[in-house]
Amino acid sequence: MVTAARAMVNCLEAEGIKTVFGYPGAAICPFYDELYNSEIEHILIRQESNGGHAASGYARVSGKPAVCIATSGPGATNLITAIATAYMDSIPIVCITGQVSTDLIGRDVFQEADITGAAEPFVKHSFLVKDANEICTVFKKAFYIAGTGRPGPVLIDVPFDVQLQKGVFEEPRNIEIRSYKPTKSGNKLQIKRVAQAIAAAEKPVICAGGGVFASKAVPQLRAFCEECRIPVVSTMMGISTMPSDHELFFGMVGMHGFESANTAISECDLLILLGARVGDRAVSVHGSFGSGFCLKDTKIVHIDIDPAEIGKNLAATIPVVGDLNYVLEQILQVVQKKSAFDDSPEEWLEYLKQVRADEYQKRNTPELLSSKKGFVNPKAFLYRLNQFLPAGSTVVADVGQNQIWTANHVKFGDGVRFMTSGGMGTMGYSVPAAIGAKKAAPEGEAVAICGDGSFQMQFMELATAIQHKINIKIIIMENRRLGMVRELQTNRYSDRQIAVSLEPTPDFIKIAQAYGINGEVVDDIENANAAIERMFKSTQPYILRVLVDEGERTII
Amino acid sequence: MKHTISVLVENNAGVLSRVSGLFARRGYNIHSLAVGVTEDENISRITIVAEGDDYILEQIEKQLNKLIDVIKVRSLSADELLARELVLAKINCTPAQRGEVIAIAEITKAKISDVCSGAMTLELSGNINTINTFVELIKPFGIKEMARTGTLAMQKGETATVEG
Repeated sequence: MVTAARAMVNCLEAEGIKTVFGYPGAAICPFYDELYNSEIEHILIRQESNGGHAASGYARVSGKPAVCIATSGPGATNLITAIATAYMDSIPIVCITGQVSTDLIGRDVFQEADITGAAEPFVKHSFLVKDANEICTVFKKAFYIAGTGRPGPVLIDVPFDVQLQKGVFEEPRNIEIRSYKPTKSGNKLQIKRVAQAIAAAEKPVICAGGGVFASKAVPQLRAFCEECRIPVVSTMMGISTMPSDHELFFGMVGMHGFESANTAISECDLLILLGARVGDRAVSVHGSFGSGFCLKDTKIVHIDIDPAEIGKNLAATIPVVGDLNYVLEQILQVVQKKSAFDDSPEEWLEYLKQVRADEYQKRNTPELLSSKKGFVNPKAFLYRLNQFLPAGSTVVADVGQNQIWTANHVKFGDGVRFMTSGGMGTMGYSVPAAIGAKKAAPEGEAVAICGDGSFQMQFMELATAIQHKINIKIIIMENRRLGMVRELQTNRYSDRQIAVSLEPTPDFIKIAQAYGINGEVVDDIENANAAIERMFKSTQPYILRVLVDEGERTII
Repeated sequence: MKHTISVLVENNAGVLSRVSGLFARRGYNIHSLAVGVTEDENISRITIVAEGDDYILEQIEKQLNKLIDVIKVRSLSADELLARELVLAKINCTPAQRGEVIAIAEITKAKISDVCSGAMTLELSGNINTINTFVELIKPFGIKEMARTGTLAMQKGETATVEG
């Protein structure tokens, strides 16, 4: 006879979990007491939400569900932002929360919160375990649901007394959920129609979304676009599915994207959406806010594992429900090499390449790359970062101007992965997510790029990095402003700036030093290379405080 | 446009709140919602009458299907629809008016469930139009209290929702 808490730990071990991110409290203590005996490494994060983000970073790099833990009440409610962030970006995390004893539920006792109720809109599924005998089945189901189909967060809420209940717990070998059977292969007839549409198209374009990562279809995407000579654009979640400098890649779409990408979307005659949910900032039929848009007669192929995404924001001509990994293989088997008998793809490509080249010229004039005295041009800085970024690195952008600068100017692909909170736009994501990414792939670099606003939402995690020897790198784009909102106020609210100044800004290097972390200020672009080199050479966490002029624009 | 949607769900705790929460947060309008156990005690049937165009209906079906506890969603078209509602209505009724009320009950095939000196409670099951007509007929007496179940629905013919 063992406790259900022991069974919970056994279940995690059986799932192959090596690392968990959590924060203990009274209601989850029986579980922690059993974790004491386990080989599983526990990373003590400094705020529960960050545990969720760290698990998210870990899951994205490892491609498997990752685990975070919180106690009942405020511990659990703190997790909600991380759960919602993971939900919007379809990231598989399993969140374990303690709950007050079953006989006390509903009495508003100390640290009681209805977390399954509160988190309901943001979870793929949740469990409140009232019977210890169900614990192993619940865990098995949770990992299965989180990691299959369209991935997402699953919450397991376990009351204190249930954790202590003794019994003989057996882990089920297989799990069968009659109401949950995700589609893998695409409908053959639809696949044929896709192949025909590609053959008939003169100006096709592929829009790659985060689903390409979720279904581990990066190689298939590459094979598909190269075989058919189809230009590729990406959503923010799809950045780094293609190498930034790939001949067929034309950048991120949307209001903060590239003209080449938006031109491709608005002038194509066939749009192939791969695991992209067509968010309002990416593509809209109305073309509002400078986003790319589809002409009314554009044929749209929409391939997604979640049928609810097809036709939700954009009506699809040829919907295909399935796992991209399988569907792209299916398409590759029936599609004909177009370039062999038709010149049209090359004409279309040449046109887009010209747009891309012109845009590059326009965006990279010496003036636009120049830095004001005492400041560093963020784009020029990122171009320099590219020279030192080793293969196998993960770059996590936070939210705001730093996010768009990173998305558009860091050279991704061929081993350099981009991550950000795309759907929710959760500030404070980058540092904990980088911690998770680094734990999942310790051999690569994990670089968090954030602003001074977002850094101040998460710098307690410096303690986590130093305590657990997690060698992450942090670049703070410090403009002493909530830059993106400031820009919005300048452009749309007659420059009436309110609540966007962060001054007086603390000395982040001193803060880092207080945690035992080294760093340096970069206030001259000429010193950037040496600083970046020192950052990557350091075997400790390291911070670069990059001073950016407050007037720098998002699109530069 | 009104749609009748039959949803078979796992009879788990919290499933009703998952379903109703989905309607609330995605802004779908519910006319009525009725829930009860089916021939299989592990499965409940939720019958929802919702308002919306074809796009909304498609979204409702797809979003419901995403809920892990939802086994089957079926939107029932008017020609295959077997829909019933039950109403209990307590109306003012003096002894002098009883004859008139009994006459209405006979015509409408309503049942008299309770009688006392100043009131009478009638019950009727039928399709929505029947119920609405009945309610109009008894209104002049003064309805003290009324309870309606909301629509229960099933597909006509041999096929069951689980198979279909």
